[in-house]
This record gives sequence, structure tokens and C-alpha cells, in this order.
Amino acid sequence: MEFAELIKTPRVDGVVLHRPFMPTVEGTLCLTGHHLILSSRQDNTEELWLLHANIDSTEKRFVGSLGTIIVKCKDLRVIQLDIPGMEECLNIASSIEALSTLDSVSLMYPFFYRPLFEVIEDGWQSFAPEESFRDLESMTDEWRLSEVNKDFSVCPSYPSLLTVPKDIDDESLCKAASFRHGGRFPVLSYYHKKNGMVMMRAAQPLTGTNGRRCKEDEKLINATLCAGKRGYIIDTRTIAVAQQAKARGGGFEQEANYPQWRRIHKAIERSNVLQDSLIKLVEACNDQSHSMDRWLSKLEASNWQSNVKEILTTACLAAQCIDREGASVLVHGTEGTDSTLQVTSLAQIILDPACRTIRGFEALIEREWLQAGHPFHQRCAQSAYSNGKPRSEAPVFLLFLDCVWQILRQFPCSFQFNENLLIMLFEHAYTSQFGTFLGNCVAERGKLQLSQKTVSLWSWVNRPQELERFLNPLYEPNNLVIWPSVAPQSLLLWEGVFLRWNRSTKCLDEAYQEMVHIIEYNKELQNKVNSLRRQLAQLETEDKMVADLK
Amino acid sequence: MEHIRMPKVENVRLVDRSSSRRTHVGTLYLTATHTIFVGEGSEDRNELWVLHSLVCNVVKHKASQSGYPLLIHCKNFQVIQFIIPQESDCHDVYISLSRLSRPEKYEELYCFSFNPNVDKAEREHSWDFLDLKAEYSRMGLPNKLWHVTPINREYRVCDTYPADLFVPKSVTLPVIVGSSKFRSRGRFPTLSYYCKENHATICRSSQPLSGFSARCLEDEQMLQAIMKSNPGSRFMYVVGTRPKLNAMANRAAGKGYENEDNYCNIKFQFIGIENIHVMRNSQQKLIEVSALRSPSMGEFLTGLENSDWLRHIKSIMEAGLFISKAVAEEGVSVLVHCSDGWDRTAQVCSVASVLLDPYYRTLKGLMVLIEKDWVSFGHMFSHRCGHLIGEAKEVSPVIDQFLECVWQLMEQFPCAFEYSEKFLISIHNHIYSCHYGNFICNSQKERKDLILCIIKEKAHSIWLHLWEKKLDFMNPLFKPDQSQNQGLLRPSTAPYCFKYWRRLYNRFDRELHPRQSELDCLMTVKEETQQLEEELALYEQKMAVLDKERAKTLYMQKGVLDSKQALWSLPLDISLANTPQDYIGGAPNLCLFGDQTKSSDADNSDQESGVADFSSHSSGEESLPSEDSVKDPDSDETAM
Repeated sequence: MEFAELIKTPRVDGVVLHRPFMPTVEGTLCLTGHHLILSSRQDNTEELWLLHANIDSTEKRFVGSLGTIIVKCKDLRVIQLDIPGMEECLNIASSIEALSTLDSVSLMYPFFYRPLFEVIEDGWQSFAPEESFRDLESMTDEWRLSEVNKDFSVCPSYPSLLTVPKDIDDESLCKAASFRHGGRFPVLSYYHKKNGMVMMRAAQPLTGTNGRRCKEDEKLINATLCAGKRGYIIDTRTIAVAQQAKARGGGFEQEANYPQWRRIHKAIERSNVLQDSLIKLVEACNDQSHSMDRWLSKLEASNWQSNVKEILTTACLAAQCIDREGASVLVHGTEGTDSTLQVTSLAQIILDPACRTIRGFEALIEREWLQAGHPFHQRCAQSAYSNGKPRSEAPVFLLFLDCVWQILRQFPCSFQFNENLLIMLFEHAYTSQFGTFLGNCVAERGKLQLSQKTVSLWSWVNRPQELERFLNPLYEPNNLVIWPSVAPQSLLLWEGVFLRWNRSTKCLDEAYQEMVHIIEYNKELQNKVNSLRRQLAQLETEDKMVADLK
Repeated sequence: MEHIRMPKVENVRLVDRSSSRRTHVGTLYLTATHTIFVGEGSEDRNELWVLHSLVCNVVKHKASQSGYPLLIHCKNFQVIQFIIPQESDCHDVYISLSRLSRPEKYEELYCFSFNPNVDKAEREHSWDFLDLKAEYSRMGLPNKLWHVTPINREYRVCDTYPADLFVPKSVTLPVIVGSSKFRSRGRFPTLSYYCKENHATICRSSQPLSGFSARCLEDEQMLQAIMKSNPGSRFMYVVGTRPKLNAMANRAAGKGYENEDNYCNIKFQFIGIENIHVMRNSQQKLIEVSALRSPSMGEFLTGLENSDWLRHIKSIMEAGLFISKAVAEEGVSVLVHCSDGWDRTAQVCSVASVLLDPYYRTLKGLMVLIEKDWVSFGHMFSHRCGHLIGEAKEVSPVIDQFLECVWQLMEQFPCAFEYSEKFLISIHNHIYSCHYGNFICNSQKERKDLILCIIKEKAHSIWLHLWEKKLDFMNPLFKPDQSQNQGLLRPSTAPYCFKYWRRLYNRFDRELHPRQSELDCLMTVKEETQQLEEELALYEQKMAVLDKERAKTLYMQKGVLDSKQALWSLPLDISLANTPQDYIGGAPNLCLFGDQTKSSDADNSDQESGVADFSSHSSGEESLPSEDSVKDPDSDETAM
């Protein structure tokens, strides 16, 4: 298909662009296959380059022959285009509509994007599973890397290499896989060096109504327990939801069959509920009534902050079991691709200082989200302004980022990265020129040949020029486990994402600049003082030598 | 002391608010001024001091297995729970504390027994620290249009006003007297803030006694004079800070608001702020929300909404913004009043001043502002803060709301304030603690008449004390020259810009606050920077001296040194790169996290101590034991 077919009017002059907190721009609107471009052709005004894929929904209005298109983006920005001429406006609107809802992944911009920078380190190769296994091997020999899923036939959403207990053979893995939803048998997620405890993740067991059991599954998870020790199974669903799942063939681990494990149920919402929560939250943030009561009641009704609290609490619980109880943990919900990953990745941020570095955080996202088979393509197809019936969209990853931001706010010196990195990840998960977040799992990405045909987000982020923007000037490595507060008073609304387009950030940006300045000036002085001190010392020794020689 | 029935109780348990499973056993002492709890065990110095004057109420709870619980709510939002083994002891402590926390006379207040180690001269000096005359002359007053009227020197025209008042030069004494007779409590229109740049002013008064039709020529002349003292403008605003309905209702009682038809060139503007009773109830609800034990997000947000507290803060901010915009942008003078002109009027005048004038965003400026708009203009601190036993209906968090407005502004303009929220919290604490003499009584006259001698003879002034501790209150991000601190602050009043002030309302719940503070880190860095600057200057000086000497020696020893030349003639940066950095010596080590040595011991560190009860939703599962770590619940101020 040619994009040109979809573009009835490629160019309109005299279009006026309104953006939040920026002066209006009048200029020429151009549509290309992937971009909506508005340029005034003057040097001093900023151009607009908007990826069609970033457009969540549009609205049109007419006053006489002046048409207006309201463009609502997946990054939550709302812009307005005033287009003279009814026909032009209708054409533009229908083109945008068509171009922003292309179904075929291979028509997406990452397949057309050519970087303007030289790729020094290929992000597609940056986080190989073999590498993290080597790290694990240096700490313990209890685990092995299995190739049982080499052709993705055992579990289509898992990667080809999986870390499993050494004593469990591939045949048992296959049997355990047939007992777990989507074939997602228990695999290693995290090894806690301090006490050798582990966190595993899986999907729900397929016990069904008649209480099926699977010896291999039991053996598999028992193999992770030390002799005489008990472990915790954290089911991210309430007991009621888990019970209901039985009727559809799912279920949870029965005490009788897993006597060494204690099950704890939490209440993380399912993805469709989360999508609704996001839509309501953004609507509350965009409410124009200026009424305090309305704002607070809409914020409350959106349940967003409750979701943040619940996810964070569950992650803290998992971390607590591992670090404080000295027990191993198995985490799962239903499919094991959403709430499970939120919990396992957040627990690692709490427990493992390495995950609080930029590199470590990238590796965590690669490991616990991309490789682990979070269906990014489905979940991020639409954002908060989608007005169609939701299919499988859900802000699962955004909630994870929000939780990370909450921890970052509470430990502002313990992270190597700053809020900008989190916001950038949110944007790129929804729309990007890079191929990293395309597809739903490793198998799909392979088929799409992303590593050959697209550029990895990490190739770009890890360039020193870009990295600087994401560095936290206050960072001081902190090797401790960090326990965030999950009290409602301690959890804030993530303004950097949700109010980003509703208020001017000038003063907050200035404050950030000032913070950077204070720290840089200090470092500069330190260097000066050190070098002077050294010079003085040298001069003094030499004077002494001179005196000695005399 | 006569009121202490039980000076000491042993085996008392102090319940940790964050987790009722944690308690500290110790001894409870009652002194004339403090309740003191000393935890057992010599190693952890675990002491809790609570000033009686900060105690809001004492409640006995139903006996539990472990003893008789006694709950103490403080005015600085601290909540303390003791469990006392014997019922009779509990009752005695309850009776004693109930009496001790409700002084009947000013003389019983803590400021008259507080005796720091300073001599008489120093104490007197502390009272001279702030000078309102200097503040008015900073504004540019007196000038050819405004002067001090001597009319209230003896507090005869208005006993709740200060002695020195600025009025337009053009008004005669009979006009002032006439106007004051037409205003509630005689509080005639007088100047609060003068804007040097455009001569616009903020004036304040109480409501006029206009009823449905009454007029007063002098009052009309007064307003006319105020308007004319701003030569650039052709009208003035009169801002009524009550809801319109309340103001109209007041007309039936012979009071009310200015009729635009009777006054030349005034524009009347209602900006509804609720009365002290509504505010008191609102804060009470907010406090209940803040003190909920592990609430759900829904309970918290619903509670916050139902308290209406942030709605009130927003309305005060909006009133302040309206006035400051009128003054700065339109160059129009404003007269502000509510009913009596000492609560809402004080709030909005001072909020407007903070928005208008960068000076009030400095430490000293905020002190001066509170001294001027609140203390001197007769905000009834003793009634509003409940310093003495009296009418509960008079208590209201009017000044709390002003301090909170400043805090909300700090959130929006992080570089605009010289002080940090610690300063506001400290002021809040001292307004209620009666630790210093500044906020005692309800007006300047009362302060002078009744206990002038004892205030100045015995009590100390807070301002010098705060000034001496100013390093603790500094905002490291403050940039006086930055754009956000030039002239008028224009805060957004969108509802989402108003936040819950956790640091104030959950001040004593340490587990709720960030474990690392950005501002504290930056302050440490800045202090270190200052030391580095001094060190650098010292080295440069030394270097210069050495260079001179060397030039001499070199000239004389040239031949000898040739072989060694390479050592020190290398370019500086290369020699730097080739040597490991040496931090040993004079430079203090950068220590961002305070006590680093302590944090290496993982189990005792503050960051790790906050394992909350995460398993509370675990559907009947036995909850996990959480880390027991002893915290010192003692606060800096209550301990003094």
C-alpha cells in the first residue's frame, strides 16, 4: 500500500497551530506518510513534527468555512489546528485518521526511520540473556540456562533462553508449561545475592474446577527452596478473582499440593480496568471547571492513585519476603504478562541497587518487560483519549513507570537517572521511531526482523550526548534496600506526565537547572582546590629539594 | 506544682503510631511545663518532650489488655499514645494534663518560665530585632501622600489597631474619627502595603456599619482620599472577602458592605472566603484524615475532598492574587475587609504582599510581614490559637491557612523563596507553643497594657531566635535574581496545583516522608561549596606568595634546577590526570546522606527501617512481622 493513496491533500497554507504554553504558529501544514508537519518557514518559530502514530484521536469542528481539528496525542498533549477551507479540513482529518490507525506493523515508522546519528553501540545486542546468566553463575551454580523454548513452541510469549533450576530437565519444563496459562512455567526473575533467595514468575496454574495438579510443576518450584524452608506465592489477584478463574480452567496453587508454600493474595486490577482508570484520570486533569471538589472527586474516582498504591505495596511485599523473611517468592496473576511483571520489576528496584543505574534499569526493562513478553503492541495501541471500545489496551507499563517515579521521589539521591528517563520511556512505549517496543514478545520481534530493520531505542539513549539529559545530578550509589512508603499521603500525582501539558513548567525547570548548577559548581571548585593543593605540595617539596641541594 | 497529681509513672508504654505493634517501655514524668517520656535502655537515648501549651486535648480510651490508653493530640499535629498500667495512674495523669494544658492566665504560659541562658540585655535586644518603622520606610513611607497619624497613639480610636497607622495626608483627624465610628470595632481604613513603583496601596479595615441605607460622609471622604493618594488611577477596588450571602445577611444587623452608589469611583468585588467556624471544622476534618491509620487511597482522597480544606486555601489564594494583580498590573489601590478585618483581611493582605514583593519571600521579610499584618494589626492569636482556656468557638486556623498559602506558592515557585518549608513549620509550631512572647494576647494594646512588663521582662522574642538558626531554614534553590522572583508571582489556581501539606500535617509520622531530601542534600553541597571557596582563596594567596619567592630563588638557582624542571613545568591538567585524586586534607568529605557510617549497617539505617505493613490486604493470611527499629520520636522543637 502506498501512503500517497491516503493523503488526499498533502499541503495546506495558512493553518494556525495552538499548543499548550507556546505561542500560536501560522504556517503550512504538510502530511507525509508518517508525519504531520507544520512550519511557518521562519527561522525563529518552532516547527511541529508529529508522528501520526502518536495521534490517539481527533475531533473536528466547523465555524463557517474555517475548520478546526483537535488532535489528542498518546503522550496526552492536545493540540488544535485551524484549517481554512472545509474541503481541506475534511481531507486532512480523514488522512490523519487513516494514517494514525494503520494496522500493519511493518508500515510503522521505525521501519522507515534512518538515524541521523552514528550507531556506536547497537542496542539490540546490549542486553543478551547469556550475559545476565553469567552474572548469576558467578553467584550460584543452582541454575541453568534452558533452550527448551528455542523455537517458541513450549511458550510462545517467553524468550528462547530461560533460567531454571539446575535439577529440572527440559522434559519436566514442558510438562510444567502445559500446566501453566500460556505455557508460562515458573522461571527465575531475580536472585538476591545477600541471602541467596530468589524471585520467580509464572502464569496461573491450570487447576480448573476439579483441582488438577502437576507433579513437575510442584517439583520445579520446590527445587528453588532450601531444605526445610518455606516460600511465598504472591498471587496478584484477590482470592475471589482467583476462584472465578477456576471456572475458565485457571486457578491457584492448592495448599495440599504445595505444602511448602504460603499463598498471599493481593488486589492488582486487571488491565481493562486500568485502561478505564487512565482515561478517567486524564479527563480529571483536563477538567476545565476549576472546581476543587470536582478535581478531587474525579481524581479519587479514577482510582489511578489506588492502583499505584496497590502495585507498589505488592512489590514491597515481595521484596520484604525475600530480604526480611529470607524466603523465596513466586509471583503470578492470570497470564503472567502484566501485574506479575509490575511486581517483579519493582521488587528488583527496591532490592537491587544495580537496577537504579541507567544501564541496570534498561537491562531490567529489557529482561522483565520485553524479553518476559509484556504485550507492548497490544497494551500501548491506544492511550487515554481512545474513544473506541478498548481491545486489550492498558497502561500497565505506565503504571510501572509511575511506581518507579514514586520511589524516585522518596529516594531522590539513590537513582542514577531522573524523571526525564521515565517520561521518555512512557512516550516511546506508545509511539517511537525506534523498534524496541514493537511487537508483543520475542518471537514476534524475531519475525518482524526488528533488530535488522529498525534502530533500537537503547542505541540512541546510551549515546553520551543523550544520556546527559537523563542523569540525576544528586545520584550517590546507595547499596541498601530502599523501602518506599506506600501511605496515601506519600504517593503523589505524577505531574510530569499527567499535568505536563496543563501547566507551565518554567519555574520547575529553572529549579532543576539551579540544582544542576549548584552541584556542578561544587565539583568544579573541588577540582580546582585539589589541583592547587597538589601544586602547592609539589612546590614545597621542590623548595625543600633545592634547600637540600644547597 | 499544684496541678500535678502524679509526677512520675513507671512502666508506661509509648505506642508507635506507624505500627501499633511497636511500643517503647519507659517512664513518664510530668513537670510544670512538659510531659516527658524516657525510654528504658541506656543505649537508645529515647526521650519525648511535649510542651503542655502544645497539647490540644487529652483523651482516655477504653482499657485494653495491656493497660489504660491515654491519647494526647497536639496543636502541631503530633499524636501521642501512652498505655499506663494502672487505671488510677492513668486518671491522675489525665486530670493533671487536662489542667496543665489549659492555662487560665497569661502568666501561666510557658514563655514566662522559659529561661534560656541569655542575659537581660540580650533578651531585650531580641525584642528590637524587628522594627516596623523601618519596614514602612523600606516601602517608601512616609512620603508626600501618606503619613503616620497620631490619632491612635493611646488606642482610643481603635483598641485593636496598632498605635502607629498610615493614612493619606489629606485626611483630617475628624474624618478618621468619623470613619472609624462607621466601621466595626472602629477599624477604619488604613494602609497595609504601599507599592513604591506605582503608588498603588493595599488598605485594610473592617466592614462599614451601612445596614441597608446608612451613609457616612467621613468614611466616603476617607475612601476618596485613599483613591486620590494613588495619582495614577481613576478608581479603587473594595474587596469584600466574605461570601456575598454572608455580607448581605450582615446588613440586617446594621453592618454590611459599601454601596457603590454612595462612594465615588469604587468597584466592589466579592471574593468569598468562609468564616472562622467553617475553617475550624474544615481543619478538624483534615486532621482526622491525616491521622487515619493506614487509610486506603480512596479513604484519604475522599476525606481530603470532604474536608474542603484545599478549596478554602484556593479561595484565599485567589483573593490574594486578585489584589496583587490590581496593584501590580492595573496600578489600582485596593481596600480589603471582611467583618472585623483581623482574620480573612489579614490573610489576603499578607498573601497579596508575598505575591507582590520579593522581600516577603526572604526570611526577614516573612517575619516582618507576620509582625505587621498579623501581630500589630490585632489578629487575635490567643483566641484563635486557644492559648488560654476559653471559648472553643473563637479558635480557628486562620494563620495556618496563610502559612499554607505560602507553602503552596513555594511548591509552584521553588526558586522564589529564601526560606524552606521548615521555616513555615517552625513558625507554626511557635505560634502555638507559647514558647516565646510574640504571639501572646490578642492585640498590641492588650500586650502593652496587661503584661507589657512581664512580656518584656520575662519572655523572649522568637524572631531573633529564628534568625540565629537561619541556616536551618534556607532554601538552597533560592535565586533572588531569577525571573520567577522578579516582581509579581502569578501562581496557577487550578485545583490540581493545591496539594496536601504532608510535612505539616504528618510532621511527626516520619515513615511517611521521603527518606532522602533533595533540599537537604543541596544545602550540604552548598555549605561545602562555601568552604571550598574559602580554601581556594587561601591556596591562591599562598600560591601567589610562593610564586614570588620562587621567582627570586629560581633566578638564583637556575643551573641547579634544570634537571628537575620537568616535574613541575608540565601543564597542570596532565599532571592532574596522571595522579589519583587526593581528598585527604583540609577539604571536608562530601557526605550527601548525613550519617554514612551508620547506613552501612543495613538493619539500623533509617532508609531500611520503614518497612510498612504491606501485607494488610492479604485476605486473612497471617501478616508478616516487620522490622522493629527504635525511633526517637523526639522533635527538635519540643525538646528545647
